[in-house]
Amino acid sequence: MTIDTNQLVKELLKGNRRAAARLMTLAESMSPEAHAAIKQLYPHTGSAHIIGVTGPPGSGKSTLVDKIIKEYRDQGKTVGVVAVDPSSPFTGGALLGDRIRMSRFSTDPGVFIRSMGSRGSLGGLAWATYDIVHILDALGKDIIIVETVGAGQAEVNIIQIAETIVLLSIPGLGDDIQTIKAGVMEIGDIFAINKADLDGADRRYAELEMALGLDRTSDGWEHPIIKVIATTGEGVEELVKAIQQHHEYLVTSGKIKQNQERRFCAQLETIVEHSFMRKLFVDPEERKLFQKLVQEVCERKTDPYTAAERLILQLIQPQDT
Amino acid sequence: MTESERKIRVLVAKPGLDGHDRGAKVVARALRDAGFEVIYTGLRQTPEQVAEAALQEDVDVIGLSILSGAHMRLFPEIMKLLKEKGIDDVLVIAGGIIPEEDIKPLKKMGIKAIFGPGTPTTEIVEYIRKKIR
Amino acid sequence: MVTKEKMDISQQKRDWENNTLKKTLDKSPERRERFITTSSRPIARLYTPTDIANLDYDRDLSFPGQYPYTRGVYPTMYRGRLWTMRMFAGFGTAEQTNERYRYLLEQGQTGLSVAFHLPTIQGLDSDDPMATGEIGVCGVAIDSLADMEILFSGIPLDKVTTSMTINAPAAILLCLYIAAAEKQGVSSTQIGGTIQNDILKEYQAQKTWIFPPDPSMRIITNILEFCTKKVPRWNTISISGYHIREAGSTAVQELAFTLANGLTYVQAGVDAGLAVDDFAPRLSFFFDSHLDLFEEIAKFRAARRIWAREIRERFNAEKRGSYLLRFHTQTAGVSLTAQQPENNIIRTTLQALAAVLGGTQSLHTNSMDEAWALPTEKAATIALRTQQILAHESGVANTIDPLGGAYFVEALTDEMEEEVYKYFDRIEKLGGVVEAIKKGFFQREISDSAFRYQRETEEKERIIVGVNEYLTDDRLEIPVLKIDPEVEKTQLARLQRTRKSRNNNKVEQLLNRLQKAAEGTENLLPHILAAVREYATVGEVCNALRDVYGEYQEPIIF
Repeated sequence: MTIDTNQLVKELLKGNRRAAARLMTLAESMSPEAHAAIKQLYPHTGSAHIIGVTGPPGSGKSTLVDKIIKEYRDQGKTVGVVAVDPSSPFTGGALLGDRIRMSRFSTDPGVFIRSMGSRGSLGGLAWATYDIVHILDALGKDIIIVETVGAGQAEVNIIQIAETIVLLSIPGLGDDIQTIKAGVMEIGDIFAINKADLDGADRRYAELEMALGLDRTSDGWEHPIIKVIATTGEGVEELVKAIQQHHEYLVTSGKIKQNQERRFCAQLETIVEHSFMRKLFVDPEERKLFQKLVQEVCERKTDPYTAAERLILQLIQPQDT
Repeated sequence: MTESERKIRVLVAKPGLDGHDRGAKVVARALRDAGFEVIYTGLRQTPEQVAEAALQEDVDVIGLSILSGAHMRLFPEIMKLLKEKGIDDVLVIAGGIIPEEDIKPLKKMGIKAIFGPGTPTTEIVEYIRKKIR
Repeated sequence: MVTKEKMDISQQKRDWENNTLKKTLDKSPERRERFITTSSRPIARLYTPTDIANLDYDRDLSFPGQYPYTRGVYPTMYRGRLWTMRMFAGFGTAEQTNERYRYLLEQGQTGLSVAFHLPTIQGLDSDDPMATGEIGVCGVAIDSLADMEILFSGIPLDKVTTSMTINAPAAILLCLYIAAAEKQGVSSTQIGGTIQNDILKEYQAQKTWIFPPDPSMRIITNILEFCTKKVPRWNTISISGYHIREAGSTAVQELAFTLANGLTYVQAGVDAGLAVDDFAPRLSFFFDSHLDLFEEIAKFRAARRIWAREIRERFNAEKRGSYLLRFHTQTAGVSLTAQQPENNIIRTTLQALAAVLGGTQSLHTNSMDEAWALPTEKAATIALRTQQILAHESGVANTIDPLGGAYFVEALTDEMEEEVYKYFDRIEKLGGVVEAIKKGFFQREISDSAFRYQRETEEKERIIVGVNEYLTDDRLEIPVLKIDPEVEKTQLARLQRTRKSRNNNKVEQLLNRLQKAAEGTENLLPHILAAVREYATVGEVCNALRDVYGEYQEPIIF
């Protein structure tokens, strides 16, 4: 199958959703065409505000994202959503149900929703997610929301992607306190407590306050904690206001530069690291050399360091083996 | 992960007003277990919602499940929209309560296969594998 | 305490196993390693008195019409009066369904049962865009009193009883029925019938909800209260396991979840200040009858015993009528196969037999063509004849609870009861039925069972004739009922006429008043009744309530 990437990029830049969807599929399968396309459309990116919404399973992320979309749509802004759910490690299959919650926006031309299975291996997910965000950005979405499960252990490190991160929790989830202790607190710019009408919401609020500690505003941003009820939309207006304030804060304080450096440093690292790894594991020639060297180390004909040096050299300056 | 390994993406959609999602969910699970990526739309989707979800998710297959009896009205509408959106190359299959005599006209409008009650899920998986490779 | 005689039997059984049985097994093993029911329950080779060693006749069985009613709710059962043969019907326009009802009454059917089309079930009018293609398809189209008047024209509503399969908008349809009766000069105290009105199982299985659980429960308590005072012969909730089972649950899950739902309604009524004995006698049940004959019979028997005990011990009810679990049964729609459809007549016969041996109060038998479409008249008549043959020719109606005392059936009854209580505990731990719904507990349990059933069938752990064994290629074409496209036109025209000819100012006023009541704590029924009398439509009344309550979103469970 030959794919005319130039044509797809051209169509995408005209706002063609079909072309965007196609490019996303290519990005997900890590195809060289996708990377070529990203090169072309990259100059047209950079104007979207990228928001990460992350929280444990069952915390109501999709329902909340639906309400956030509503707020932005009411403001006249266009929205792109990437919803990532885990794939089965055994079969590679996935059941992606995040759209259900947002189905009222299915037919809104100002909204584009894409579901992703984490598939995951060799950093493919993180990489594909960057690309899909770029595609939504080039498609002209004002706001891009990346929804991921969990925080910290998640395969998409949201911190590498989003400018503003909303960390979602709900009252009475035991393992949440674990996450707080584990220090993922640092990644959240805004803390939302969903299902705030349940018993324990106040306790969760106090726990978060405590976990945030005294240096909550040390970087000049107050890290607000906001109670929401995603099912009814209560508190979502306030949440979106806080998200927008965070963006303004990044811009006016100049922190946006640090934020970008943080993200692009990580993205570049991922791409470089995994380009090497993929070459090593996917390219049949390199794979042969790799296996040969493994054998040699086994037979003690060489040592791991020498083998590694040879591999790196081969990747940088390919020679016939 | 290898480049050649293309993930098959399937949209499992429930048009019509009925809430009978047993079949749709059993099939969704079986397809997941077969290694497919299954995007489930939820209940009571309009033809426009189904077609637009298929477009945005760039799926290879659309599986329509309906038990309300409204298929002869809703399916042609979906097929028309897919065409309008330029995604009529997607494989469309259907299941549910569909009388024998409706099968022919449905196939004529481009629904490639209809799996009635009692179809083994393995048959559906094999069918998709055969058609999408 | 194990008696000497019973010890002897268990010793004798061991001897039998070690000698007689072993010799046979050595020569020819059994057909399968594991024998399971439709619900994947393992069944033993043989049941003996040791399996019911703990059975106390007086405590666990007693006599028909006596607590705990295991053997039947009435002292004479079918010797006194046969079960009600109530065939669910409804399609097309009100005129067409009215015609079918009159036909069925002439054929000897003894009660009416209304199937509504999906827009009505979802609280939408026929001119709603979501109603496209659904008008009159799955049942009769009812938008307003204008349709209801036609539906029951020529049928005296003080003479027949009517069962209406309606849930989320049950209050509205009940009010429409009252208003239709009023037009015939029949007062609300004279009418009798049932509304399904079981919203909890909608969230769990059937999925035709409108409002979130909490306001839905409020509407239900409003109905309980209103009917207790104004419609005393009405059965207010038909607590339904049918849909839970059809969605894929096991027999025990059907039993446990249904009873848990029932107890939740009783609690809600009590919490609303009603005396349990004032409304509990008007609750009835609706179960599925699936293919595994003995498991189904045991299910029905266990249901009666558990309900009686819970109502007496948990709620301190004192009236006998409160203890009685009276139930309607429908044969299992999911068991019908599209392949070799005539075989469905036999399946339905077995399921009907289970319902009768289980002591049902009324019965719907499915028609052979329902895996394809709505039944034709011929198929529906055969289904009714099936019941008549059971009643008059088979002899099963001659004696009460004929399987009572059978080792197998009693052991199974006990086993199911025990499992039901285990589910009660789990539901309790989740905070009760409504909370467990919000957490997706039932949905997950049902979905897992459905998936297991599918897998077992595909792996041929069970044989389904014509589906995974004994296949034939010759696809027999059976005629199926087609809905005339004229139905949609007729219905839309009538709806338009109704909207034009009524007093729209008054309708608006009454709907506003309803909304005010919904925001407060007043009983909603008088307001709904006032609105529908003036020809407010089902969709308009629902929308008034949607504005106040919002729509439910289910947890995502696969």
